[in-house]
Amino acid sequence: MAGEAKNLISIADLSKDEISGILSLASSFAEVLRRPVKKVPALRGKTIVNLFLEPSTRTRMSFELAAKRLSADVVNFSSGTSSIVKGESLKDTAKTIFSMGADAVVVRHQSSGAPQMLTKWVDCSVINAGDGMHEHPTQALLDLYVMRERMGGLEGLKVAIVGDIEHSRVARSNILALNKVGSKVLLCAPRTLLPAGIEEFGVETTVSLDEALGWCDVLYLLRVQAERIEGPRFPSLEEYHENYGLSEKRWDKLEKKPLVMHPGPMNRGVEIASSVADEVEPSIAGQVAAGVAVRMAVLYKLLSGSVSSERFEREQ
Amino acid sequence: MCLLEERGGFSFVCALSLAVVAMGFRARAKILDSDDIQRILKRVAHEILERNKGSEGIALIGVRTRGVHLARRIARAIEEIEGGKVDIGELDVSLYRDDISIRPTPDVGVTNLDFDVTDKKVIIVDDVLYTGRTTRAALDAITDFGRPKVIQLAVLIDRGHRELPIRADYVGKNIPTAGEERVKVSLEEVDGVDMVEIGEGELS
Repeated sequence: MAGEAKNLISIADLSKDEISGILSLASSFAEVLRRPVKKVPALRGKTIVNLFLEPSTRTRMSFELAAKRLSADVVNFSSGTSSIVKGESLKDTAKTIFSMGADAVVVRHQSSGAPQMLTKWVDCSVINAGDGMHEHPTQALLDLYVMRERMGGLEGLKVAIVGDIEHSRVARSNILALNKVGSKVLLCAPRTLLPAGIEEFGVETTVSLDEALGWCDVLYLLRVQAERIEGPRFPSLEEYHENYGLSEKRWDKLEKKPLVMHPGPMNRGVEIASSVADEVEPSIAGQVAAGVAVRMAVLYKLLSGSVSSERFEREQ
Repeated sequence: MCLLEERGGFSFVCALSLAVVAMGFRARAKILDSDDIQRILKRVAHEILERNKGSEGIALIGVRTRGVHLARRIARAIEEIEGGKVDIGELDVSLYRDDISIRPTPDVGVTNLDFDVTDKKVIIVDDVLYTGRTTRAALDAITDFGRPKVIQLAVLIDRGHRELPIRADYVGKNIPTAGEERVKVSLEEVDGVDMVEIGEGELS
């Protein structure tokens, strides 16, 4: 195969220009999604494999829809139904997928670094759809897209990320991305949910949600990931809600309401009160809708023009 | 390097553009000036009205970038002649191209068709007709938006060398060219000046 496969593993690998390139491309694809026929032939003949080895609803559906809107063929592998349950290793699964002639693998894995490993075993594009506590780059790109659309720009935008920072790949990717595009980031969490060495990320931290609310333009709530949290980090979910949840009382008190975002699925009554969740639902739904356009942009960027310039010159 | 077909008003001969890469466009002759272009567009507006028996149901869809400006000018001319309003749309055909996988990733511009094309008399407007591949992509894109009554093609320049069975219904000027030649269309709205030149080499 000619040329290097192009991958999206980490936001750290993208430059500011590449990020804004993807966001602009995503606006063009958002327009495609408003057409009567929401499909373009751009990736006809390409095969994309969704390898989801950890539960996921919206990300998998979003990638599948994005691929189909671009006319690519999609194969779904998920942990429950594939030979993974028979003990097949990731490496063997990867080889199988590649032998089937896939042009890209979209991978979600519970282990941080799995997508990076995959790039060594297959010669096609690898896209990280969330690996352990490491990164979830397409989520961050779609979040930036929504912020840019709703707030008019990213430069100097004040974004407070609230909740379980330590276990959140969404937070990590967002921090990296927001730093690159010149937004300001404030992390708000109990000290037990802030990772060690967070200072290296070049962000401010606070333990007071009210301080964060008074400061931010965008309030990004994270899901409390009960399944990843080992041992007691806070006394109870009720107490978490009291101190770090967007309660009705806090929300009503706010004079200037920030844009509220959440990667989903929301734990109502924990990070956000149910009534507030209903109120901000349209913007959360906007995130899901933007997800398809942004993932179309990523797939298009990685898979179109994928032939190296040498072969391109030869064929002309 | 080689960008979109007919982008910047010039063409799609990649082998040659690679051979002369980074040498830039060198004009050899000016084919049309501002007055010529104005006269041509007025004549094309008249031809469109004649062929379609008036402006009823006409929609002009410009192929980005310069086709869009030409479509706007023709629409203005039609409105001056007949009164009434015609629909104008902008089309980016990048996602419908047949060479997406063999060329460097093209950027995707904005498509803006805020009217229903079904049962309209659609006229595709482009600056240069060359291989016909852009027009083929435009036909596919438009038919995904609906089922026009008729689709016609208006171009400022037809430079020959078709690779598909496509011809224009309205031609501003036929310019016989050699394959390695380039036709560069400049328009006031984009380039600050109206003119058409013929020459060699790639535009930046």
